Amino acid sequence: MPFKIYSVKMTSKKTIFILALLFVTSFSFRALANAEEHNSTTTEVEEEHTANNEDAEHAEQEEEFNPGTMIIEHVIDAHDWHIMTIGHKHISIPLPIILYSEHSGFHVFMSSALAHGHSHNGFKLHDKGEYKGKIIEEKENGEIYKPYDFSITKNVLSLFVSISLLLWIFLSISKKYKNNPNIAPKGMQSLLEPLIIFIRDDVAKASIGEKKYMKYLPFLLTIFFFIFINNLLGLIPIFPGGANLTGNIAVTMVLALFTFAITTFSGNKNYWVHMVNTPGVPWWLKFPIPLMPIVEIMGVFIKPFVLMVRLFANITAGHIVGLGFISLIFIFGEINMGLGYGVSIVSIAFKVFLMVLELLVAFIQAYVFTLLSALYFGMATEESH
Amino acid sequence: MELVTPGLGLLFWMLLSFSIVLFILKKFAWKPILKSLKDREDSITDALSAADKAREEMANLNAENEKIIAAANEERKKILAEAYEQNHHIVSQSKDEAQKEADKIIASARETIQHEKNIALREIKHLMADLSIDIAKKVLEKELSDDAKQREYVETILNDVNLN
Repeated sequence: MPFKIYSVKMTSKKTIFILALLFVTSFSFRALANAEEHNSTTTEVEEEHTANNEDAEHAEQEEEFNPGTMIIEHVIDAHDWHIMTIGHKHISIPLPIILYSEHSGFHVFMSSALAHGHSHNGFKLHDKGEYKGKIIEEKENGEIYKPYDFSITKNVLSLFVSISLLLWIFLSISKKYKNNPNIAPKGMQSLLEPLIIFIRDDVAKASIGEKKYMKYLPFLLTIFFFIFINNLLGLIPIFPGGANLTGNIAVTMVLALFTFAITTFSGNKNYWVHMVNTPGVPWWLKFPIPLMPIVEIMGVFIKPFVLMVRLFANITAGHIVGLGFISLIFIFGEINMGLGYGVSIVSIAFKVFLMVLELLVAFIQAYVFTLLSALYFGMATEESH
Repeated sequence: MELVTPGLGLLFWMLLSFSIVLFILKKFAWKPILKSLKDREDSITDALSAADKAREEMANLNAENEKIIAAANEERKKILAEAYEQNHHIVSQSKDEAQKEADKIIASARETIQHEKNIALREIKHLMADLSIDIAKKVLEKELSDDAKQREYVETILNDVNLN
C-alpha cells in the first residue's frame, strides 16, 4: 500500500505519536462497546419494566437513577436542549421541529408541544421500541408512520453555534490580515497563526507535496478547525456547549464523505492504475483472482469509513467515560448519601483528569482527521516515480 | 443502535452548513490569510537575503577600502622615496653646479687678475721707462753742469721717486 511509503518518510517522533494514538483509539473502542452493551441491556430491562405496569411504576421510575439511559440520552441527539431537572421540573430550551410527512406535507412547530408525551397534529415522540426518541405520526386509525425529520435538534443548533463561532473567528482575523499585512500578529491572530502554519507546513505540505498542497489547504484547514472547535465545545458542560456533535456519526459521516469525494475526484491516472495493477506485488495476487485490486478498492471505502468511526468513537467514548464517572456519584449516593459524597471526591478527580485528557484528544483527533485526509489526497495526486 | 445510526435531519443540516462554511471560509478567510502569511514570509525572506547581500557588499567594500589604503600607503612611500631621491639629486646637482660656477668665477677672476696684472706690469714698465728717461734726462742735464751737484741732484730725485 502506498501508505507505507508515507509512514517511512515520517519522522520517528511522528510514528510514535501515531502508534500512541492508535492505542488510545483501540481503548476507546472497547469502552464504547462496553457502554453500548450495558446500555442495550438496561434499556431492554427498562422496557419490560414499563410495558408490564406502566402507570404504577411511573412515579417510582423517575426517582430511580439509570446511568445507562442517562449517559446515552446525553450522548445522542435530542429534539429539545435539556439543561437541568430540579425536582420534577425539567428545564430545557425548546427547539423548532421541521417535519415532512408523505401524508400531510410540511409541519413546523416547537418541540415544547411534544413535551411529556403530548401529541401535536398527530405527531408525538415515540417512547419505546425501535423508534424510541424519534418523532412518529400516528393516524386516527392507529397506524404509525415515520415522517422525514429535518428538525433543528440539539446537535443542529450546536452545529449552527459552532459554525457561527468559526465564521466569526476566522472572518475577523482574516480582516486583520487584510488590513494590516506585514505586521506581527496580535490577540486571536497570534493564537491561531501557529495552528494555521502547522496545518500548512506539517500536514498539507508534508503529505501532499509542495506543488499541489495549496489546492487542498482550505479544506484541510476548515475540517481541522471545525473538528477542533466542536470537540472543545463538546467538553463545555453547559449550553451552548455540551452537545456531542463530533461524536455523532452523521456529522463524522459528512466530514468523511467530503474527504472521500475529494480523494476520488482528484485521483490521477497513477492512482487508479496503482489500484488495478498494484506494483511490487506478485502477479498471482492479481490474476486470475484479482485479490489485490479487490483489497485496494475496498480500501477506497474503508479509509473514509475508518475516519468516520475513529472521530465518532473517540469523542463519544470520552463523553461516555466522563458521564460514567459522574454517574458513579449518584449510583453510590442512592445506596447511601455519605457514600455518594465520598465517592464524588474520587469521581471529580477522575473527571478532571479525563477532561485534561479530552482536551488533548480534542486536538489529536482534529489533527489525525486532517492528517489522514491530507495523506489520502497525497496518495491520490502522487505522480509515478 | 441510535448511537451508530446517522440521523437524516442532522445529515442534511451538516451537509448543507458544512458546504456553506467551507465555501465562505475558503473564499473570505483562508485565501486572504494564506496570502498574507505567504507575503509576510516572502518579505521576511527578501529582507534577510537583502541584509545578507548588504553585509557581503559591506565586506567587499571594506576589503576594497583596505586595498585602496594599502595602495595609497605604497604610493605615499614611493612618492616620498622619489621626492627624497629627487631632493638629493637636486641638492647634489646644484652643489655641482655651484661648484662649477664658483670654479668658473674663480677661473675668470684669475684670468682677469692676470690680465690686470699684465696691464699693470706693462704700465709699470712704461712708467719705469718714462721715469728712467726722465731721470736720465735730468741726470744728463745736471751732469752737464756740475758733477758733484749732479750726483746730489740725482740722489734727491731718486728720493722723491716713490716706487710703488
